[in-house]
Amino acid sequence: MLKTFVCRFTTASLVLALAAPALAATQLTGAGSSFVYPFFAKAFYQYGQENKDVTVNYQSIGSGGGIEQFTAKTVDFGASDVPMTADEVKRAGGEVLQIPVALGGEAVIYNLPSLKGALRLTRDDIANIYLGKIAKWNDAQLKKDNPGADLPDLAIVPVNRSDGSGTNYIFTDFLSHVSPEFKTKVGTGKSVQWPASAAVGGKGNEGVAGAVKQTPGAIGYVELAYAIENKLSQSMVQNKAGKWAECSLDNVKAAAATKPDVSPTNFSIVDTAAATAWPIAGYTWAFVYQNPTDKARAKITKDVLAWAVTKAQPIAGTLNYVPLPENVQQTALKTLAKVSL
Amino acid sequence: MSVTDLRDGSNKAARYAWSAVGVGFTLLSIVIAAGALVAILGYVAVQGISSVNWAFVTELPRPVGVTGGGVANGIVGSIIIVGIATLIAVPIGVLTGVYLALFGRGVFAESLRLFSDVLAGLPSIAIGLFAYTLFVAPFKQFSAFSASIAFAVIMLPLIIRTSEEAIRSVPRTVREAGFALGLSRYATTMKIVVPAARGAILTAVLLGIARVTGETAPLLFTAFGSQFWEINPFHPMAELSLQVFTYAISPYDDWHRQAWAGALLLTVAVFFINLLARFALSFGKR
Amino acid sequence: MTTNPPQRPNRSAAQADRIFLFTLWAAVGIFAATMIGLIIQLIHGSWQSILTFGLKFLVTSTWNPVTGQFGALPMIYGTIVSSAIAILLASVIGIASATFLAEFAPRRIAQPLASLIELLAAVPSVVYGLWGLFVLVPLFRAYIDPFLQARLGFLPIFSGPIYGIGLLTAGVILAIMILPTVSAISRDVITAVGREQREAGMALGSTKWETTWRIVLPAARAGIFGACVLALGRAIGETIATTMVIGNKATIAASLFAPSYTLSSVIANEFTEATSDLYISSLIELGLLLFVLSFIVNGLARLLVNSVFSKSEGR
Repeated sequence: MLKTFVCRFTTASLVLALAAPALAATQLTGAGSSFVYPFFAKAFYQYGQENKDVTVNYQSIGSGGGIEQFTAKTVDFGASDVPMTADEVKRAGGEVLQIPVALGGEAVIYNLPSLKGALRLTRDDIANIYLGKIAKWNDAQLKKDNPGADLPDLAIVPVNRSDGSGTNYIFTDFLSHVSPEFKTKVGTGKSVQWPASAAVGGKGNEGVAGAVKQTPGAIGYVELAYAIENKLSQSMVQNKAGKWAECSLDNVKAAAATKPDVSPTNFSIVDTAAATAWPIAGYTWAFVYQNPTDKARAKITKDVLAWAVTKAQPIAGTLNYVPLPENVQQTALKTLAKVSL
Repeated sequence: MSVTDLRDGSNKAARYAWSAVGVGFTLLSIVIAAGALVAILGYVAVQGISSVNWAFVTELPRPVGVTGGGVANGIVGSIIIVGIATLIAVPIGVLTGVYLALFGRGVFAESLRLFSDVLAGLPSIAIGLFAYTLFVAPFKQFSAFSASIAFAVIMLPLIIRTSEEAIRSVPRTVREAGFALGLSRYATTMKIVVPAARGAILTAVLLGIARVTGETAPLLFTAFGSQFWEINPFHPMAELSLQVFTYAISPYDDWHRQAWAGALLLTVAVFFINLLARFALSFGKR
Repeated sequence: MTTNPPQRPNRSAAQADRIFLFTLWAAVGIFAATMIGLIIQLIHGSWQSILTFGLKFLVTSTWNPVTGQFGALPMIYGTIVSSAIAILLASVIGIASATFLAEFAPRRIAQPLASLIELLAAVPSVVYGLWGLFVLVPLFRAYIDPFLQARLGFLPIFSGPIYGIGLLTAGVILAIMILPTVSAISRDVITAVGREQREAGMALGSTKWETTWRIVLPAARAGIFGACVLALGRAIGETIATTMVIGNKATIAASLFAPSYTLSSVIANEFTEATSDLYISSLIELGLLLFVLSFIVNGLARLLVNSVFSKSEGR
């Protein structure tokens, strides 16, 4: 009985497997950054509504995973919060075109139930907290930056990302720009070794948000969407121009506007000099091959990505991403035009 | 325990007291275990029950901000992936268990047992990587089948170990009865001994199914996931626990609800498979 | 099993036996090939890291992806301690629960209750992680950890700052996760102990408990031990649930309240994002270490079984 069942099951599967290509529309696959996943999910859903013969299957396996799978040619395009380095491009074997597809900011969240009003931190404060040099909330420096605020005698628990991520990269990039000591001691990277003895690591944005929520006296960094959706207390940060900024879509936009010629080799937009700029922000990048082997699929991929960087950007705004600035959209389209079809 | 202990009536009170303590401890343990179960399932149910409705079970996922949406493709995907995995793991596992029970002495058999136990300790992500190298990278194609392979490898140690134990514990008299009737070793083993052990083997299979139904890490490199309908096992496919994971780690309340609802579905599904299998087993015994 | 079927001139029986043996060998062959394939892949993947760091990898405490310095010592510690806590708790409660279900529970509720406990195995790890983070962590931080520190704080393992997130909480979550494995398999093994043994005990006038404690459980101990070994394997390899409650900090501290890191958590956290060859190789070497750790633990357990336990009748 088992034998008959197995035989029939195998035959049925084979028949389906052979028939399936005839039934399905073209399905593109993309993989990578989890930061951009909600935006891509909504954008590609809408694209599928408007173009019935194309479906795009994007899965968030992490920026590194996106680069790996792109290199292994198991996906049509990849996405990463940090553009591929020269080494990674070489490993991928060919010329790779990288375009910015999304823009977002990171909020600094904290857990101080006794504090009324928003916390204020200078850039140095944040660096020193994560270096372990400021260990208590009622430290003199913090009191100075928050005059009149009721800062308790409580130990600071700096929460960091334990998993490798673009979010981590952007935050460490920011701290390295701000503090030479942080740059030498820790450095910039998707995954780093955090020096503070009281530090705790959380997995993913949700892990950091969860750890901060659960631990009185904790401080952490998450993508803006997490801070807003989970209604976490956000700190104001004093930017390079000396102004107190909050993490808002407009302020991230201001930061991005300072670098209209953003490119894969010059992509950092942290700690910018604009007056209202939010200092912790970054792009997400998508990449395709310049000389693809399957030209038909490459054309469809190119059309989808071109649509994503232009017509889909208003969708980004509804999900707490910042729509790409006009000039950046144009740069992206020009890069995409280089795909040789 | 000496017989003199028992014949001496003077320590009866102490013996009864200790017996009560012993039984009481086992009762306390089951209460703790059941308590943990209620705490976790209760939490999942409270978080997720309001989101489980017909639409949830029959619709495809919708992005954030679009109302509705469900995990229908994930349910189908889970059934296919776990189903194929079981079909692969059970024959190989049970037969290896039979081998170890029949011919189980010597270095080769001991090594097999040792490696099976060691395999049980390997993180599922390493096994997923193995399936990726074997079935995804060479074909440049993610597939549900590679996920099934990974799941089967995860289930194997459980099934092998338990099958061997179960077959060994079938009394020798049963085996010898088979031979006395003139049956070949094949017939005796497969038609008498293994069926006699099927209760324990079924437990292991069910535990294995329960375990892999909740696994996520191996799927990232094998089944990949999908927002669309897919029944071709050689294509990327959605899977319920993967969807639960993706939704759970997102920032959106709507997706969190769906994650809990999906988790509830997973647990309830495994519970029903359990009940069904046990029922079928007891029915077969009559 | 030394009984062999009598030699018979029955051609179809001999043929059936030949095919049977062939199928057995095929299954074993597939399994062995899979194992060998896994080991080869683990070694091949970690080769670069092995060449670069050698044995220092096992004793270094640095895990720095930026400078390319990798060492596994804190993770080895975290894995061993969290798994030890888990198996300690789970084996006691699991075996006791199994005993209750097999021996003392009323017939009617035994099977449904057992199925319910097995249900714990079906909960996805990410749900365990989230439940652990939102329910267990506050519970530990607010009640259990302070209680332990108040009564037993003189012990170094209960000293130090309390976060809720840490080694102890991770151990407890793992214990709950592996409980169904211990319980379900133990229950089957205990039930399989022959009725004659129990009746012999009762005939001698012992109470049900005494029969269970002194006759039934010892008879089942090899199988129970096997259940615990399998469960321990699961605890060593668990990734997502641990990583959400352990604090993910690569340091060694004396206190069980301190955050820690396990070998599998590192792999789960960093594998999808690692792109440099040495980084990936170091992560795979962690997987190899897990394999070796599991090998040592199982090897020791096996030695224990062979020297202390003797195989019981009926084998």
